[in-house]
Amino acid sequence: MKARVFIRLKNGVLDPQGKAIGKALTGLGFAGIGEVRQGKLIEIELDETDEAAAKTALTEMCEKLLANTVIERYEIELAK
Amino acid sequence: MKSAVVIFPASNCDRDAAVALEQMTGKKPHLIWHADSDIPDVDLIVLPGGFSYGDYLRCGAMASQSPVMRTVKERAEKGVSVLGICNGFQILTETHLLPGALMRNAGLKFVCRPVGLAVCEAQSRFTRRYSSGQTVVFPVAHGEGNYTADDDTLKALEAEGRIAFRYAEGDNPNGSAHDIAGILNEKRNVLGLMPHPERVCDALIGGTDGRAMFESLIEAIG
Repeated sequence: MKARVFIRLKNGVLDPQGKAIGKALTGLGFAGIGEVRQGKLIEIELDETDEAAAKTALTEMCEKLLANTVIERYEIELAK
Repeated sequence: MKSAVVIFPASNCDRDAAVALEQMTGKKPHLIWHADSDIPDVDLIVLPGGFSYGDYLRCGAMASQSPVMRTVKERAEKGVSVLGICNGFQILTETHLLPGALMRNAGLKFVCRPVGLAVCEAQSRFTRRYSSGQTVVFPVAHGEGNYTADDDTLKALEAEGRIAFRYAEGDNPNGSAHDIAGILNEKRNVLGLMPHPERVCDALIGGTDGRAMFESLIEAIG
């Protein structure tokens, strides 16, 4: 099974990189650029075939290592 | 005072820390490789600056999961002194020995220069040889030192006198909340700070303001 984990900064956490990307896009001449937020996408291949078990394992991975829950939130997506 | 310096892959201030410790305590510190889970019986464990594991995932995230950190956590819980400098501070927050997180500098640039710091809390084993309100100059060298925490945590840090160092007014190099440069844990035996006290222990290399931190520890621990 393949999983995708999206890690984003929590709302309200300042994202200087996102801001810089937004400014660069405006500088390139793209009009109407609003707020830009940068996150991470992590793709993981799992031997697990049971969806619920995979989700439990992935949640533990996020809590333990993949996300810093002080500043980040995560979403898990399983590919069918 | 017996001490140890932990070395992670891509630590780069481990030697600075070891030299400062030897100079200040007269004893060579133990150098501990990150994959070893055993640390000799020491009074102080230093997590040095650097870019452990290439800053992969997040600064300090991989190092916080290394075998040696389980031992560091156990020792910290038993009251052993732990000093995290720069990347060491990042590792301490990732290990949850200290609250909050260190994010990308607000100006996005890696900042490498001496900064003025106010000693905000002289009542700790790390700072007792300073006086509260004293200004010192330590160098900083980091790209991710922007301290952030939720409001309740910041309030608790303020109320409990756990902000050991703040950047001097107008000299905050990274946008950190409440100008925080270094914080203590609740039991006050763990200090994490972004600036480098170990680089200002010898007048020959630019200053001596860091000596009082090691003198404090020697006085407190013996």
